[in-house]
Amino acid sequence: MFRSLLFIPSNNPSMLQNADIFSADGIIFDLEDSVDISEKDNARNLLMNYFNEGVNYPSLIVLRINPVDTEFFLSDLELLKTKKVKYVLLPKTDNRSLVVLDKYLCLYEKEFKLNEIKIIALTETTNSIIEINQIAKHKRVEGILLGAEDLCSELEINRTNKGEEILFARSKVIYACTANNIIAIDTPNTLIDNEELIRQDCLNAKNLGMKAKTAIHPNQLEIINKVFSPSKNEINWAIKVIKEKNKNVNKGAFSVEGKMIDKPLLMKAEKIINKAKSYHLI
Amino acid sequence: MINGVNRFIPDNLNSFKTSDSYLNMKRILINKKEKQFRTVFLNSIESAFDYFKIKSNQCLSFHHHLRNGDSVLQQVCEIVKKRDLRNMHFAPSSIFPSYTNLADLILNENVTNIHTNYINGRVADVIGQGYLKGKLIMNTHGGRARAIESGDLKIDVAFLACPTVDKFGNGTGAFGPSACGTLGYAISDLQYAKKVVLITDNLVDKLDEYQFDGVYVDAVVVVDSIGNSNGIVSGTTKLTKDPIGLKIAKDCANMINHLGLIKNNFSMQTGAGKISLAVVKYIKDIMINNNITGSFASGGITKSYVDLLNKGLFKALYDVQCFDLDAVKSYNINDKHIAMSASKYGNPFEKDPICNQLSFVILGATEIDLDYNVNVTTDSWGNIIGGSGGHADIAYGANVTIIISPLFKSRIPIIKEKVFTVTTPGSDIDILVTERGIAVNPKRKDIQNTLKNSGLPIYTIKELYEIAHSITGVPAKIEHSNRIIGYVEYRDGTYIDCIYQVD
Repeated sequence: MFRSLLFIPSNNPSMLQNADIFSADGIIFDLEDSVDISEKDNARNLLMNYFNEGVNYPSLIVLRINPVDTEFFLSDLELLKTKKVKYVLLPKTDNRSLVVLDKYLCLYEKEFKLNEIKIIALTETTNSIIEINQIAKHKRVEGILLGAEDLCSELEINRTNKGEEILFARSKVIYACTANNIIAIDTPNTLIDNEELIRQDCLNAKNLGMKAKTAIHPNQLEIINKVFSPSKNEINWAIKVIKEKNKNVNKGAFSVEGKMIDKPLLMKAEKIINKAKSYHLI
Repeated sequence: MINGVNRFIPDNLNSFKTSDSYLNMKRILINKKEKQFRTVFLNSIESAFDYFKIKSNQCLSFHHHLRNGDSVLQQVCEIVKKRDLRNMHFAPSSIFPSYTNLADLILNENVTNIHTNYINGRVADVIGQGYLKGKLIMNTHGGRARAIESGDLKIDVAFLACPTVDKFGNGTGAFGPSACGTLGYAISDLQYAKKVVLITDNLVDKLDEYQFDGVYVDAVVVVDSIGNSNGIVSGTTKLTKDPIGLKIAKDCANMINHLGLIKNNFSMQTGAGKISLAVVKYIKDIMINNNITGSFASGGITKSYVDLLNKGLFKALYDVQCFDLDAVKSYNINDKHIAMSASKYGNPFEKDPICNQLSFVILGATEIDLDYNVNVTTDSWGNIIGGSGGHADIAYGANVTIIISPLFKSRIPIIKEKVFTVTTPGSDIDILVTERGIAVNPKRKDIQNTLKNSGLPIYTIKELYEIAHSITGVPAKIEHSNRIIGYVEYRDGTYIDCIYQVD
């Protein structure tokens, strides 16, 4: 379970050295877009050394590799041997690339005795949005990240903070993820300094049903974590619901604060409690 | 002998014992210079040399309010060089990279002794390499005022840049083409130097308000330019955007809030470093959210503090020097932006100096050691890169003294077993905040107890030292050379450490 994933360019030694101190639930070590083509080998070598020789690591490590049809793909996968990577973030995911990656992950897991590596599918093309239901059903996919910048570029439309232009894509990600019980992850916001606009963007995404968001700068993390965590009121309500349920074990419905609680609300309360525990809020 | 912070000091010198030893000392005051009521106007700095018969072996002083934009010290250096005066003693309150002429005078042995509070740039390099024939004394802002008023530092002629001067010899830095704001570091020079020359590029008929009282001024010289106000902004006066710096700043602000220090009528000071200014921003947010009004902020003043004053978040600013042009402007137009002298700021013998009234202060460090001693004078190889400024003054005076710094800079850990040079004794440092954790000086049990269950990452300084080494490896130990080229003078006039020639 995570609320926030922070992108870190893998060719930046200072950022690697400090990757564990930020308040992100997970770190995405990027070998793709934030690394210039001339720096790909350096970034991979640096990351290999960090995974092998580092002292402190983030609690959750995601590796964004280069697309399966690039010359860098197979070299990037060598980093899996370090046994530090929990998720691979697959750029421009579609059914075909998912099959290719899955095949190699199976090989690596078998040959190097790795724990199962899960995939976060980066849906950033119109094709990936069209294929999103099948992507979400894949057994290795535990989350789908919307990549709005590339998508809007393909659509030849401008990004806005209000996000009406990505409402369809956001909704597709959310519905596919929710139906398949995986995590819907919102696109990063390129604003770094405007806290209010970042907060508004997070609220828009959360209110639609996104469960997490990516950050491109540590400054964004506090807001993301706050918005995607259950609020104090929600936690207090959920605690009351669970307490009341324990008093009414055999009842299908009961009341809390004068309002009827039945199965859907009970499930909502349980999810809130799980999140609150996971994020050390209770 | 070994002094109070376990440093060697030659036996013939008065060595540091503790930071409150001054409480058992008597304040020594020489007579202020005699007031006189006729100020002479001279047509050049060179004519001032003739008028006051400035000769070899004399002491000339300067202030640094125009910082890297100052040209008065440079102009005086040219005349010393032209006249080939020898064995001169210079006492500028600080030395900036633009003061290149001074480096030439040191190399040529025109200037052989220096008293100052801070050095950066070529002069620092030249002195560090052993070219100053006599000694370098690096004291604090408050300590410099003490040294002048006590006669420890005897000034023959003070050449004081002054942005606007009137026909009675009164002067102000508040306005003029080279306005630099307050002139706090020069007040002791004004009152105690044997002769005082104001150098200005803006002469007016009469000033209604002034910081330099003409009764202390012997001569005025009008020159084309005393410098460039834009040079005041040193480049370290902007808020950090570095994620590590911002994390330190946020953790620091949260910790201060947890300690209950941000409450009505509190007072604070920070350095002008980028991380410190980010702390100011976070503290401002806490003040606004909790409807808190502080009593005062002090120090070198930046736009960040001017904004707090203008928003009514502080009742006053006490300003010894303006760090940017927004502060200069504010000082000129806002009565609540109050000038203070270096003595009022940090002289240990002053009655109720501002530094003693601070609730907390946030300072930087080049190095800090396991005894919490701080070095801001040299780097880890002994190269001179700064100096106390007001560091030791406010570290002693403030109720809570906080050091903020990344745990390592370019893979060099900032926590050392022993710092290369002691600038500020560890007894005056309460807390170290880094990106990987916070350490509290064991002498502050009250702070340790308050932070115990705060949820903040509290470690011992030894633990942070070991965390740093686990990441960077253990750096090779650097030994200093045997040749002493100067001393770090504590604010009470005792010697806290030696400065050694760099090999």
